[in-house]
Amino acid sequence: MSILISKETRVVCQGITGHAGSFHTERMLEYGTKLVAGVTPGKGGTVQHGVPVFDNVLDAVKKTGASASVIYVPAPFAADAIMEASEAGVELVVCITEGIPTLDTIEVKKYLSNKKTRLIGPNCPGIITPGACKIGIMPGYIHKPGNVGVVSRSGTLTYEAVWQLTQRGIGQSTCIGIGGDPIVGTDFIDILRLFHEDKETQAIVLIGEIGGSAEEAASEVIRQEITKPVIGFIAGQTAPQGKRMGHAGAIISGKKGTAISKITALKNAGVTMVDSPADIGETVARVIERLK
Amino acid sequence: MKVYEFQAKNILKKYGVSVPRGKAISGSNDASKTFQEIGCKRCVVKAQILAGGRGKSGGVQFVNTPIEAQTCAAHLIGTHLVTHQTNQKGVEIKYVLIEEAVSIKRELYLAITIDRFLHTPLLIASTEGGMEIEEVSKRTPDKIIKEPIDIFFGIHPFQSRRIVSQLNISGVLSTRLNNLMENLWDAFLKNDCSLLEINPLAVTMNDEIYALDAKMELDDNALYRHPEFEQFVQYQDISPAEALAKKYKLSYISLDGNIGCLVNGAGLAMATMDIIKLHGGEPANFLDVGGDASLEQVTQAFEIILSDSRTKAVLINIFGGIMKCDVIASGIIRAIKEVGIHIPLVVRLEGTNVDRAKEIIDSSGLKILSAKDMKEAANLVVKASENEYTDK
Repeated sequence: MSILISKETRVVCQGITGHAGSFHTERMLEYGTKLVAGVTPGKGGTVQHGVPVFDNVLDAVKKTGASASVIYVPAPFAADAIMEASEAGVELVVCITEGIPTLDTIEVKKYLSNKKTRLIGPNCPGIITPGACKIGIMPGYIHKPGNVGVVSRSGTLTYEAVWQLTQRGIGQSTCIGIGGDPIVGTDFIDILRLFHEDKETQAIVLIGEIGGSAEEAASEVIRQEITKPVIGFIAGQTAPQGKRMGHAGAIISGKKGTAISKITALKNAGVTMVDSPADIGETVARVIERLK
Repeated sequence: MKVYEFQAKNILKKYGVSVPRGKAISGSNDASKTFQEIGCKRCVVKAQILAGGRGKSGGVQFVNTPIEAQTCAAHLIGTHLVTHQTNQKGVEIKYVLIEEAVSIKRELYLAITIDRFLHTPLLIASTEGGMEIEEVSKRTPDKIIKEPIDIFFGIHPFQSRRIVSQLNISGVLSTRLNNLMENLWDAFLKNDCSLLEINPLAVTMNDEIYALDAKMELDDNALYRHPEFEQFVQYQDISPAEALAKKYKLSYISLDGNIGCLVNGAGLAMATMDIIKLHGGEPANFLDVGGDASLEQVTQAFEIILSDSRTKAVLINIFGGIMKCDVIASGIIRAIKEVGIHIPLVVRLEGTNVDRAKEIIDSSGLKILSAKDMKEAANLVVKASENEYTDK
């Protein structure tokens, strides 16, 4: 068990012939992901790293039975690529692309609101069920199969947390980066509920950052619904107001979105908060020890 | 990207939004001529900075003669304006907007922003124009009207009617306000705004409505489809280092401390700043080289950090996923050889090709402190920043 993806997940890569798409297709195949098709308009009929390339997602789905998609197409075309995948019946769309205009993402969200497609991202590292399936750009070797679910708004900071776990022999059920943009397809709440229902997940690591109110909203759900232990970290405790910290979503405007507000909300919901990013692994180890 | 009030007003005019007659100037010598050109008895001189709270800080003044306009402009241009939204040093006033002073019967508030929780644009209106909206929403939340906007449809007529009635507006004014809301939404959508705020929105004695102020923020991610906004880049209030970083597509923000940071990924970069502070140090900057930086970018990033004379020590923290550690290591070595380094450097590398990276650093013969994890890195760099460093 795991959430959203497993060994059986069949994946189509949109933008497979591009620089990033091609590079990560190889990495995903190496990891053992069932990457069964690629899509690049105009390159249908060719083969990339042994994977058949199609002109559109519908053809790819029909011929290969792909049920998940990973998107590497450039930002100006990414919103359309997401909607194309949904239209073709893809159930899980993971959009790695960074720099999509916010209004485009809002259109996509609205478009998907009455579809059965789940979008992860944009501007995210992807999702991995260690030892089974990797959809995204995260380095595979830092992960280890196990029972801790990891959900984060960040990329490399997630790797840092996962690596700290793996080095202590603590494996992960599934790790998901939900993306650093102001509007994302899947938020903390959705993932927390999935981890809660997943039998294999025993504890959850939640890594947030300044900006927006996703962590505050998550804390409400944790308080009311989640009975598994949650360990949290918020990045950007030292960030000044009004400065955008790299991610489009990571900005403190007015009195909203501060680290203090998030940390307080999560603590009040019973989350074990970690002060130093170097102590995430150690804290998880301590919490798990208590479960035994 | 934020744009100045006068630039926002010029954009809004194209969408049929009424703004007072006026002109922005950068030299006070043009002030009296501008006053005469506008041709009204009373004008207002408004400091143009990319921060709010100008009125309370003396950045907005009324003038009755060309001479007064000139004196006022001379007084403002070139000085620093400190408001509750700026830091203590304030922001230099490079332009003032001189415009007709409109006779006001009523002041309203109208804005469109992105609601991150509802995943939709949100129209916000209030009868409490001229006040800071966060204060209004804290003290009298019932005076804030919010309507989510359907991205595919725009503002529904029933929503307009609801807003107008909640604002206690009727007659010819309600039609004008409906049109204005339509026009603002049009401007918001077509310009890829993330914020468009009119505060105050003035109702005159003749029931005409004017945008007296305009705050506009454009979505940086959408700039590729707005070549017309390139002209605004030169007006941005950024340091030379930040401008250089922008050129090389590095995400860099200068801060007040003395420990330079070079990190890949925004989340890890923020976490690195946090851990430095936890260990008693102060970060000099935020710098995210991005997910797949080139050798060139790493070299540039390093040079930008070293160009800050306050920096007493540098911490490089890289978790190589897409980015290969050996590329980072080569970039560091190249940068040191090009620009030299007189302060301690702590490097923590993890991830793809990390062993190759360590070889590159070890064989360089340069004095670099290696850290095995973030904790050790933070410890080393904070200690190094505290001691006066002598290159032995």
